[in-house]
Amino acid sequence: MTNLIKNNKIYFFIFFFLTFFLFLYGKDIAGLLDAKWIIKYPKHLVFPLAKYLSGFVKWLMDDANFIIFSFRDFTRFIAWIIEIPYNLILALISKGFLSGQGQDAKEILAPLSWMSVIAIIMFMALYTKDKLLVFLVFFAFLYLAIFGQWKSSMVTLSSIVIAVPVGVVIGLFLGILSYKSEILEKIISPVLDLMQTIPVFAYLVPILVMFGFGPVAALIATIIYAMPPMVRTTLLALKNIDPQIKESGLMSGCTKRQLMWRVLIPTSKPTLMIGVNQVIMLSLNMVIIASMIGAGGLGYDVLASLRRLNIGAGIETGVAIVVLAIALDRLSQAFVNIKTERKKINISFLKRYSRIIFLFLFIIIIYFLSTYLPFLKSFPEHLVINTSAFWESLIKYININYFDTLESIKVTLLTYFMLPIKRFLLGVPWPWFVLIISLIGWHYGRLKLAMLCFLLSLFIVFTGLWEKAMVTIYLCGSSVIIASIIGIPLGIWAGISSKANRVLTVIIDTLQTLPSFVYLIPVVMLFRVGDFTAMLAVILYSLAPAVRYTAHGIKNINKEIVDAGLICGCSQRQILLKIKLPLAIPEILLGINQTIMLALSMLVITALVGTRELGQEVYIALTKADIGRGLVAGLCVAFISIIADRIIKSGSDRLKIKYGMK
Amino acid sequence: MTIIRRYFVFLISIVFFGLSTSSIAVESKDPIKLTLHDWTGQLITTNIMAEVLKKAGYNIELVPADYIAQFAGLQTGDLHVAMEMWETTGRDAIDEYTADGRVVNVGSTGMDAIEEWWYPTYMKEKCPGLPNWEALNDCAEAFSIPETAPKGRYLGGPVTWGGFDDERVEALELDWEVIHAGTDAALFGELESAYQRKAPIMLWVYAPHWAPSKFDGEFVDFPPYTAECYNDPSWGVNPNLAYDCGKPRGPIWKVASSMLKDKWPGAYDAVEAFTLDSNEMGNLVAAVDLDGNTVEAVVADWMTNNEDRWSSWIK
Repeated sequence: MTNLIKNNKIYFFIFFFLTFFLFLYGKDIAGLLDAKWIIKYPKHLVFPLAKYLSGFVKWLMDDANFIIFSFRDFTRFIAWIIEIPYNLILALISKGFLSGQGQDAKEILAPLSWMSVIAIIMFMALYTKDKLLVFLVFFAFLYLAIFGQWKSSMVTLSSIVIAVPVGVVIGLFLGILSYKSEILEKIISPVLDLMQTIPVFAYLVPILVMFGFGPVAALIATIIYAMPPMVRTTLLALKNIDPQIKESGLMSGCTKRQLMWRVLIPTSKPTLMIGVNQVIMLSLNMVIIASMIGAGGLGYDVLASLRRLNIGAGIETGVAIVVLAIALDRLSQAFVNIKTERKKINISFLKRYSRIIFLFLFIIIIYFLSTYLPFLKSFPEHLVINTSAFWESLIKYININYFDTLESIKVTLLTYFMLPIKRFLLGVPWPWFVLIISLIGWHYGRLKLAMLCFLLSLFIVFTGLWEKAMVTIYLCGSSVIIASIIGIPLGIWAGISSKANRVLTVIIDTLQTLPSFVYLIPVVMLFRVGDFTAMLAVILYSLAPAVRYTAHGIKNINKEIVDAGLICGCSQRQILLKIKLPLAIPEILLGINQTIMLALSMLVITALVGTRELGQEVYIALTKADIGRGLVAGLCVAFISIIADRIIKSGSDRLKIKYGMK
Repeated sequence: MTIIRRYFVFLISIVFFGLSTSSIAVESKDPIKLTLHDWTGQLITTNIMAEVLKKAGYNIELVPADYIAQFAGLQTGDLHVAMEMWETTGRDAIDEYTADGRVVNVGSTGMDAIEEWWYPTYMKEKCPGLPNWEALNDCAEAFSIPETAPKGRYLGGPVTWGGFDDERVEALELDWEVIHAGTDAALFGELESAYQRKAPIMLWVYAPHWAPSKFDGEFVDFPPYTAECYNDPSWGVNPNLAYDCGKPRGPIWKVASSMLKDKWPGAYDAVEAFTLDSNEMGNLVAAVDLDGNTVEAVVADWMTNNEDRWSSWIK
């Protein structure tokens, strides 16, 4: 082991040289040996997995039977269970309670007025005793009303109100379970990877078939996509708890359940909240895709306005999603941080519940008044602000005046950064590439990891998607490199200064929840269709975890170590460079890991601007309703990210051991 | 607290009783679900159909859905009617899902889709030979950008639209490079950007759409499409290769779930009878996208002006 680490550099150089050599002369060698398969995997040897998968799903939906009920009955039952609370909330805040269907429906009870909804949300903020938050949610929801987004945003809100708690609760339990049982952890972990990395488009059609067309299918897709970070952070948080805390809990006589819910979970709250934050953000991220399968709401508005090239309307609606995300996130964070006070017993009923009673009175009064005063029922239309013209002229101005400058930046980056990477990846013969990946796996995780890397990359070869996979790696790789170069310094800054942290968090939340479609089209207008545009979109979206994890890593360093450094007379600079940064590296690596995951998940979106990689394959499969083809391409994306994930995690673990953190 | 109780009571009443108020004029009062997509033309056709069916007494619900993803819903009977399925872009999906009879093709809407290479009029100054396709090679350079120079750059539709542009360029020996946009939003985003700068652009445009009415321009005249041109290499300008002609112009179909015919045969007949022509549609789309009217207003207008037409559909 030590020998190997010592000889690392020599090995590295030998392999690098060999790889480069093969990249330059691979084609000639293949020609000499008369073995074209080295460069290009022969088509007739491609394993037709896609066909089998399509067949299986068809069988599952049409013929599978569990004695008394069919598989479809089962999935429809689940859909029905989720539909009840969803419809209730939807009726309450958006549609009103109706009797009858379609245009015959009569309104029994009108939905809550926009004023009442704002009142309720402010009341919730007030409950947390955070005055700033009250203002925040007020203005956030006022934005929705003023910019004419109220109706759609209430539809979206209903689905979020269902999807987030379900995702958080399931995620928390799965996290706890996998903390308790190592076997379960090993089973769940790859499933999570698949859930997070198979592009949503790949399983959209099967979900539609199983759960029916409409908001419920969209909800389920949202939960599948948004839940994994919760499981991961739960596990991470529980594992990182100081053993002393656990022991003190045991010593004071906790039962197992008490230990978990009274000691471990409360201690890990700060990390858990990162998970909740991610679930909210990712749920809102799915809004666009969910609207493609019948969820309606804000996502539909974004798509429709961008198809009309009404960029202003797209931005307004996109910002509405962001505003909703930030308000909900801050509210949930504040709720967790409420200081539990001892209940005062001898307060009268009226006094204790005075606020709730006031709220209900307010809602009832508004309800009855709204029959006479229509502006109470829905926000008056003539007060709605429309900024379309402003955005349109802004883009036009940039387009006319700065297009050439932007073009030259683009050409430079393309020729000196992106294209060399692309040529290199596509030039190296696949057998050599598989070997290198396996060797890296062996270096970090011995036989097990090496086998994993080997088998997963062979899967990509045998399904005939190698070339597209390489383009995928090129696109994601270049984006991740740039995202890390930008993100990590920002994260360090946020880790040191809390002011910077506050500003950066808002920016990052915005980037992560603003539907990428909103900025994709203006970017296309300025940079044309192509890889560069795709890379910009991927960077913008995947920047967030690089910043967030770095900041978290720097902030959460054991204070005693920093103090020890101070006592030894380190300067601030030395503390940052010699103590904080190295200790934060495992966390930073996890951030990069997440950046890679997000970059891969953006591929489907970049396929919308015409990139030719696995994302496009998934997108084609979706438009041709080819379930198998989509799933196979989706699995290839997932496998790329699993290989990256495993290697980075092993690297991170090694460093942790090296620094004595584990 | 009364309001809570009221909500509660109504919730229960909805769950247990409140499902339908019945009248017997039509086969079933269950709502027929029509899908809405994200382009204006489709919203107009669907809304016209919905209004007509309402006049016949049917209960209608409009559901936003994706163009392709909706087929899963049509197949299971969760959705019932999709008013626009373009021959040019939806052929594969139609074939795939109508195969087992659970989705049926209800016939043409009467509108024909045009898809072809298109350029803004200001490019005619730089390339006076247009719209004749033979001029394309003379001014390829005028249409080039740094990445494609000296070849011209043609922005094609998403690969999923098909269209055989790569083959066309090869067969007609054009010095052009085909770049595929991923969506039509990206496609028209580039058009708008180029139009603002009066920059060269040649791209895939289709009609009925708002773009040909908003921007001044023309389609390129290729040798007209025939079936032989696509199947038989010896046909046309290039004796060795197929696709040496323009794109086909296909009808826009209506599709429906097979449930529609079983449960609401009258509605099925009405959907089958529905026709509009392309010019009429172009005017309606322009009234919405360019003149800023709402879809509802334009549809209501159409309904009052064409009463004898739609009333014959629901006889």
